[in-house]
Amino acid sequence: MKKTGFFSKLYIALMLIFMQMPIIVLMVYSFNDAASRANWGGFSLRWYEAMFRDATVMNSLWVTLACGILAAVLATVIGTLAAIGLNSMKKRAYSATIAVAYLPMLNAEIVTGVSLFMLYTKLNMQLGFVTLLISHITFCLPYVILSVMPKVRQFDYSKYEAAIDLGAKPSYAITRIMLPELAPGIISGFILSLTLSIDDFVISKFTTGNGVDNLSTLIYSAKGGFGGMPQKISALSTVIYVVVLTILIINYLRTRKSDRENLF
Amino acid sequence: MGEHIIELNGICKSYDDLEVLRNLNLYINRNEFLTLLGPSGCGKTTTLRIVGGFEQPTSGEIYFLGNKINDLPPYKRSVNTVFQRYALFPNMTVGENIAFGPNLKKRDKNEIAQGVEKMLELVNLPGFSKRKISTLSGGQQQRVAVARALINQPEVLLLDEPLGALDLKLRKDMQIELKRIQRESGITFLYVTHDQEEALTMSDTIVVMNDGIIQQIGTPEMIYNEPKNSFVADFIGESNILTATMICDFSVRFLGRTFPCIDKGFGTNMPVDVVLRPEDVELGIPTDELPRGRVVSCIFKGVHYEMRVVCGEALILSVSTKSVPVGTAVSINVSPENIQVMKSSEMTPDIIARKKAQLLGEDIDALMEEQEQEQEEE
Repeated sequence: MKKTGFFSKLYIALMLIFMQMPIIVLMVYSFNDAASRANWGGFSLRWYEAMFRDATVMNSLWVTLACGILAAVLATVIGTLAAIGLNSMKKRAYSATIAVAYLPMLNAEIVTGVSLFMLYTKLNMQLGFVTLLISHITFCLPYVILSVMPKVRQFDYSKYEAAIDLGAKPSYAITRIMLPELAPGIISGFILSLTLSIDDFVISKFTTGNGVDNLSTLIYSAKGGFGGMPQKISALSTVIYVVVLTILIINYLRTRKSDRENLF
Repeated sequence: MGEHIIELNGICKSYDDLEVLRNLNLYINRNEFLTLLGPSGCGKTTTLRIVGGFEQPTSGEIYFLGNKINDLPPYKRSVNTVFQRYALFPNMTVGENIAFGPNLKKRDKNEIAQGVEKMLELVNLPGFSKRKISTLSGGQQQRVAVARALINQPEVLLLDEPLGALDLKLRKDMQIELKRIQRESGITFLYVTHDQEEALTMSDTIVVMNDGIIQQIGTPEMIYNEPKNSFVADFIGESNILTATMICDFSVRFLGRTFPCIDKGFGTNMPVDVVLRPEDVELGIPTDELPRGRVVSCIFKGVHYEMRVVCGEALILSVSTKSVPVGTAVSINVSPENIQVMKSSEMTPDIIARKKAQLLGEDIDALMEEQEQEQEEE
């Protein structure tokens, strides 16, 4: 075993503290009985209660989750198929298409947001959940392609041919042989899309309307602090944080277990 | 011979401007072990992939038992393939890999399990059914790939350089193993390799290819002993290719002497090429009747010694179990039946040059000069 020095331990500890501190402060104050963040009024769960009672918060939570999951699923499906298709393109066509596909990633968010907004107006589309969803799929796509593509390139195409050779139809060969090998890339593409979608504010602000708000646009409009909104949001954030953390821990334990199994 | 199980008729294939196959005509008999042999890029793998259905010929027809199958997708053809890198499915066990084909055909579960065990026995891997692919060695993976293809009882098994990734010892064992499997299963094998020794060991019929054109079709003995042109002679085994003159029927002149031979029909005083296998070149005590030379190198090769003899402008390779020391003056003799005469037009100067360079490496010029000097002194 390698001995870990005191300073490297301290370094890691400091790094984690700086990274997690804001969230810890937020979580602590979500249990604050006082309406102001300036002073501590004792432990209370009243913001949690208020949060679950508040239809606006619950509604925007629903919008965020629905939009996030739908966008992630659709972007993952489209992006994975795109990566498979792109890979069998000729070299020049491949480079050109991939450059265009990655463009939204390099673009400033505000440019993507404004141009989508202009596109929807031009097409006479009513801003709302549908436009929000389409926009989220759009900016998630390059990330899915980016995380799936290395796995597609790694995939030994003769395995697909072997399946066809043994009597499998192309669709069966793709789902049974190819997709399992692309799975790590597909899963990370999905998780990336989900977090990006939940996280997004700039593009959402431009492409939603008619009272459809996700959490980020809701928090933005409530920044003045009316009706105890920040505290409710703090409570909500704490719930989301704990849920996500639990999922990540489960996922970590699962992969560690399967890594061990693969050794034998 | 038996019926033609596969017939390729005027097959051409090109990618953009690159012609890979040029008017290929070939048939495969039932129960035959046929090998496509040639250097990389000669079109042998493309031919195999056309039979498997993974490539479409640009023009020409492919027949399976008399039926045209140009448009039949791979999953509907009764041929199976063993791929170069085995292409086993890593997310399945050995047993699941082998059962992949039968499972698709919705066979009875018990029947499949029995079939898998039988196949594992055939390829000498009994009890491996539950093992993971990642735990197998290269040779074992190769056997699983063969079993996975054979369980479907294909009419023809296509093998694309299946032994390429194995070490020499394992490759030799697998050659014998594959030949045994082919005999026991009675399935027609279409085998692709660039290894001439592998082809000679296993095949019933060898098809030598170069530049998308079939150079010669024949039994291993025919291909080795009677190469049709200098490419085949050069590619199959070591050989001496010399320019010569056909004096008349049964008489050919090379290395400055006239030799009796068994070939005829080349006309009189016609330029030809002769192929001499190194093991047929006999070195003896110098006489006036035979061309003379001097041994310039003698290398121990295990089973035999390999001698290089400079004789005039030519460099002759001779193989013998007896060594002849460097510097020895010798005569060169070849029995009439071991002189293979070929049309001269097929012999290109660059092949001669390459052959010479191969034989001696960079020392060729120095040796030639040395020899010239010696001749001047005499």
